[in-house]
Amino acid sequence: MKLFKLCLVVGIVFAISGVAFAGQTFDSVKAKGFVQVGVNEGLFGFGKPDEKGVWRGLDVDTARAIAVAVFGDASKVKFIPLTAVQRFTALQAGEIDVLCRNATQTLGRDTELGLDFAQVNYYDGQGFLVPKKLKIKRAKELDGATICVLPGTTTELNVADYFRTNNMKMKPVVIESNVELNKAFFAGRCDCMTSDASQLASVRAVAPNPDDYMILPDIISKEPLAPAVRHGDNQWKDIVNYSVLAMIEAEDLGITSKNIDEMLKSKNPLIMRFLGVTSGNGKALGLSENWAYNIIKQVGNYAEVFERNVGKNTPLKLERGLNALWKDGGIMYSPPFK
Amino acid sequence: MRNSNNSSSTGNAEQKIPLLNDPKIRSIVYQILTIGMVVLLGYYLFSNTVTNLKRQSIATGFGFFEKEASFEIGESLIPYSAADTYGKALFVGILNTVKVAFIGIVLTVILGTFLGIARLSKNWLVSKLAAVYIEVMQDIPILLQLFFWYSFFYDILPPTREALEPMKGVFMSNRGLAFAIPEAHPAYKYMAISFIVGCIAVYFLRKWAKKRQEKTGQIFPLFLCSIAIILGLPLVTWLFSGAPHRMNVPELVGFNFQGGLNISPEFGALLLGLVLYTAAFVAEIVRAGIQAVSKGQTEAAMAIGLKPGQILNLVILPQALRVIIPPLTSQMLNLTKNSSLAVAIGFPDFVSVASTTINQTGQAIEGITMIMVVYLCFSLLTSFFMNWYNKKMALVER
Repeated sequence: MKLFKLCLVVGIVFAISGVAFAGQTFDSVKAKGFVQVGVNEGLFGFGKPDEKGVWRGLDVDTARAIAVAVFGDASKVKFIPLTAVQRFTALQAGEIDVLCRNATQTLGRDTELGLDFAQVNYYDGQGFLVPKKLKIKRAKELDGATICVLPGTTTELNVADYFRTNNMKMKPVVIESNVELNKAFFAGRCDCMTSDASQLASVRAVAPNPDDYMILPDIISKEPLAPAVRHGDNQWKDIVNYSVLAMIEAEDLGITSKNIDEMLKSKNPLIMRFLGVTSGNGKALGLSENWAYNIIKQVGNYAEVFERNVGKNTPLKLERGLNALWKDGGIMYSPPFK
Repeated sequence: MRNSNNSSSTGNAEQKIPLLNDPKIRSIVYQILTIGMVVLLGYYLFSNTVTNLKRQSIATGFGFFEKEASFEIGESLIPYSAADTYGKALFVGILNTVKVAFIGIVLTVILGTFLGIARLSKNWLVSKLAAVYIEVMQDIPILLQLFFWYSFFYDILPPTREALEPMKGVFMSNRGLAFAIPEAHPAYKYMAISFIVGCIAVYFLRKWAKKRQEKTGQIFPLFLCSIAIILGLPLVTWLFSGAPHRMNVPELVGFNFQGGLNISPEFGALLLGLVLYTAAFVAEIVRAGIQAVSKGQTEAAMAIGLKPGQILNLVILPQALRVIIPPLTSQMLNLTKNSSLAVAIGFPDFVSVASTTINQTGQAIEGITMIMVVYLCFSLLTSFFMNWYNKKMALVER
């Protein structure tokens, strides 16, 4: 039972006597031999096991990149599926080392929840998914609607804010499990579902008939989705942060998993530094010098990861939009790797 | 050899027992040690938690009660909006839990008693049907039953625009059941008051009738009179206050039914699941209680000429209740606690609201403590009431 699991996690908080904090996550991860990552329990394109039981998704690949950075091996990772309600408690309690579960960075979470967010791996915004037969074109027409929403999310708060500011009424149906919530929505329990637009695309993709549903053009919030770690563990946060940034920087430098071995011969000092041909970056982070090389080689650059999981050729059919590189009109931007 | 010496002078020997071997002192020492260990452990856990929370810079305390909740709750017995505080949101959750537990317990006891008696019926079909029901319901986990009933509501029933209307003013759709209810009128307030007055009158009537029977042996037709008073008084009030009969009929406005009384699929599924599941256990308890009264009692009662109804009321039930009440109490507690499974099907009970609160504020320890305290209070109140009732029943010695 979910509640039981939550209680267990709280129990752990009670019981642990100050192990694995402040600068120690990295050491304990190395001692364990794998990274423990909290992921979505079933969100197509972000975190979900495929039919063979292999985890797939943008967040899952981010987690693999972190494992590669630490161990040079993408398989040294253990996925812990978590619901929206469990995720932060699990991280606080030390049950996981890093949370890659489409979590929105907010001021409250960054401070009161005792978390630190790394580089955003997906810029999102909240939207509405409606059945086409309701003939609704804009979010403002949703006055009086019953709305399916996941508990413990920023979306739960945003939608309440949105309806309040527009003087409209709503009735939420709040179910903890993604799967059960989707079932209720497809069966017509709610008039619309609200969540991050990427998540709605993923829900639509698993609908019995995706063409019966449409995402309304209105985006009502900013949702920067980022991996999170415990507050105050700076070295570990740096590693997580730069694992994500490495994928963005690689796209910027034109390095892909296919051409990376040729790139090793490049005389461009930026590329030489990035791939560890010129040493320095690895030592600064406490990792091996070829950590970035390994990430791109084994996981790919950001464009590859995006297209593989959520891009135009996947059922989600998401555009790069805000998630394009800064020079392509998006806001994905990495500081220099030097 | 020493033993034989001691036994010769018993008086002295008692005082000579070394302090460490004195059973009284030993037991006191052990008890103090145990209490000390429990207190130490508690202190250790508490201080450890506080240090850990501080180190992780997680906010602590119950200050969040006063903060704006800014999330909506699907159904509420009191007016609530996202602009209210967390404290009020949690109170809404408590009320929702009380609502489902109270209605659930009443329905469970009625259905369970009915099934338990059916199980003992001499009619083969009735008894076997009850047996099959009890076996099947007891063996399926409650969570699965909840999912089943919930999907029954939203999968089988049509959307609002094609809602079924089995009776005038009753609509069934995948948004739940919508009933017509009488339109608000001051008459209903007076009716409620006269109902309470009726109940008090019946209480005194019973006392008087009992006294009279003990004195004179005459039996007063108590049952019929009680019903006449309890139902008649409100009816008379209704007639005198102008017999209002306007109904508030639900209407499809926009997305949902407005007006009337609406039972949401979440509440319906939760109530149905809990009642049907727990009633199977209550049925077995009732059956066991009735069977615990030996057959000789019934035969003796028949021999002195009591009617079947009197046998049940005066001989069997008073004795069966003593067997039934204690396990019945624990089933009531089970129902209340199982109602926390509401999270799975989206009914906003206390656990559901509390876990949203935990997640928005990040204060899991306060949240879980609160959940534990609230359920502890529910359980203590229920068992307090049932223990009182049990004592009352047990005192009626014959």
